[in-house]
Amino acid sequence: MATIELNHVSKTYSGDVRAVSEATLAFRDGEFIVLVGPSGCGKSTLLRMIAGLEAITGGTVAIGGRVVNDLPPKDRDVAMVFQNYALYPHMTVEKNMAFGLLRRRQHSGLSGLLFHATERRAELAAIERKVLDTARTLGIEPLLARLPRALSGGQRQRVALGRALVREPQVFLFDEPLSNLDARLRIEMRAEIRELHRRTKASMVYVTHDQEEAMTLADRMVVMKFGVVQQFGTPGECYARPANRFVAGFVGTPVMNFIDGRVDAGVFVSTDMRVPLPAARWPRMPAGPATLGVRPDQLRVLHSADAGAGNTATEGTSVPATVRAIERLGDRMDIAVMIGGTRLTARIENDDRLVEGDSVLVHIGLGAAHLFASGEDGARLADAHDVAR
Amino acid sequence: MRSRTGKALIYTLLIAGTVTFLFPLWWMVAVSLMTPEAAQAATVRGGLAALVPTDPQWHNYPDALMQMGSVRWTGFLDALANSVVVTVVATAGTALSSSLVGMAFARMRFRGSRPMFLVMLGTMMLPAQVTMIPLFILFRNLGWIDTFLPLVVPAFFGNAFFIFMYRQFIAQIPEALLEAARLDGQGWFGIWWHVILPLTRPVTAITAVFTFIFTWNDFLAPLIYLQSDDQATLSVALNSFRNQYGGITKVNLLMAASLTTMVPCILLFLAAQKQFIEGLGKGAVKG
Repeated sequence: MATIELNHVSKTYSGDVRAVSEATLAFRDGEFIVLVGPSGCGKSTLLRMIAGLEAITGGTVAIGGRVVNDLPPKDRDVAMVFQNYALYPHMTVEKNMAFGLLRRRQHSGLSGLLFHATERRAELAAIERKVLDTARTLGIEPLLARLPRALSGGQRQRVALGRALVREPQVFLFDEPLSNLDARLRIEMRAEIRELHRRTKASMVYVTHDQEEAMTLADRMVVMKFGVVQQFGTPGECYARPANRFVAGFVGTPVMNFIDGRVDAGVFVSTDMRVPLPAARWPRMPAGPATLGVRPDQLRVLHSADAGAGNTATEGTSVPATVRAIERLGDRMDIAVMIGGTRLTARIENDDRLVEGDSVLVHIGLGAAHLFASGEDGARLADAHDVAR
Repeated sequence: MRSRTGKALIYTLLIAGTVTFLFPLWWMVAVSLMTPEAAQAATVRGGLAALVPTDPQWHNYPDALMQMGSVRWTGFLDALANSVVVTVVATAGTALSSSLVGMAFARMRFRGSRPMFLVMLGTMMLPAQVTMIPLFILFRNLGWIDTFLPLVVPAFFGNAFFIFMYRQFIAQIPEALLEAARLDGQGWFGIWWHVILPLTRPVTAITAVFTFIFTWNDFLAPLIYLQSDDQATLSVALNSFRNQYGGITKVNLLMAASLTTMVPCILLFLAAQKQFIEGLGKGAVKG
């Protein structure tokens, strides 16, 4: 239960390989923070610097108000759950869970054995009780006497969780703990971790490359790329008000559609379309190159037969297009359409009439669309919503 | 059909090999149970017919052990105790120090680790005879001659071959395991004791058995460094026993004494065999 403050934290490897640069973040007490980004973005490195497994080459890390840069991991009072579980293969589940506690006893070692036998026994009994309690809450009590190799992947992950939990640390760190599990189990464990956080109210920092996992777990999430923090905010903020094109593309599935073009006199113009921009949303937008970002669920695909009749949108533009590919998901479908040379993905309600090659009318809704400065990581251009805030 | 003849051929070769290797051992057993006259005859004239003792002289064994050294029984028991102490201490020292150094080479990043590792491997190429005289002078200057120290202290400084073995094995242990131990409050020594040592048991078994057998049978080092009779290890005492009775006159007793000194090694090997196989299998699966 502690705050974590990162102040201009950097990690530079030999020479000038920057794994993390200038991360300045403050995590509140009891918050569930998710560090998310594509592989190699520095999220794990950042986590390992908080754990003390990786030396900090610049800036400071403070846990509970105390700068821990020079503290070894054992003195930081953190527990970590590893991707490959990292259970000690030669110890039973019970020993695995008790191991960290045994080391922290007051009366361990020879002096305890010789001079404080009673206290030592009491301590050991307390540890045993604690392990049992934790095992019970995680439903791994029947496994206590087993060796890790006799457990399934999900059980191992539960034990790894228990090993961290039993220590009651100030901060829990998770390094992609679910990525070795199959999809179904992953969703189950996700809910369980969320529930665990609700119950313990502990500070947790969780690393994942899966944006969906990040969205469902996080109180607030840190989106990273190439060692640089792109955005720090609630999942809702990152989704609805992405800081830049990278965050917009990373958060949400299917991926947001980006159309490169330019803004000219209140109209977005690309090689294949002209989209008038409502002045209420984007007042006084200066002319210049820009990228329009539209989420697939903001696109509607109208069968040519219905054209005209179904066009009741308040904002936006309808453009003729051809259906290129269809992925049916049951109640919904992802459909790729070509508007001239521009390929867009739409997520719409299932429509059995649509087949590949159809001519359709695509309605581009601008309610949740964004404009970005041009370039791969172009910043989102401010609109009326930002001013209102 | 072909596989049958192949099998027969393989078994013939294996049996021939076994017989060849076991023959000296059998010869020792047979001669150790003969009367002095028969043994003498077997030694001088040889002959396979004599190699089945018709009238086993079991008392040869107590007789031989009793006659070792100048005082009845004491010579043998002294030598046995000396051998046990030296061997056990040297074996423990080699296993502990080699695994510790192996861990350092496998897991710790420090300046000069690579050149040091290469130098260490280089020492394997040096024949022991090259270092014998400098080492003797060193130990003499330390005043360690005629003590066990030259026999056991070097063991605590590791052995290049075993360090290499440990290093290779430890390098395969997942890094996350050590990190978990660090977060669980262990320092390097704690990690070594609680994680590395238990996980490298197969290597430790090999190290222990090889070192035990080598030290137990070692003749040259005790001969050079130990001078007093009561300090002698079994191998040296056995040699004195031979000299004491004028070469091979009491060859039956010599064989009885020799066989007795071999027993611990044979027992250890049989006991460790299972551990070897178990350990290797386990290592392959767990990685």
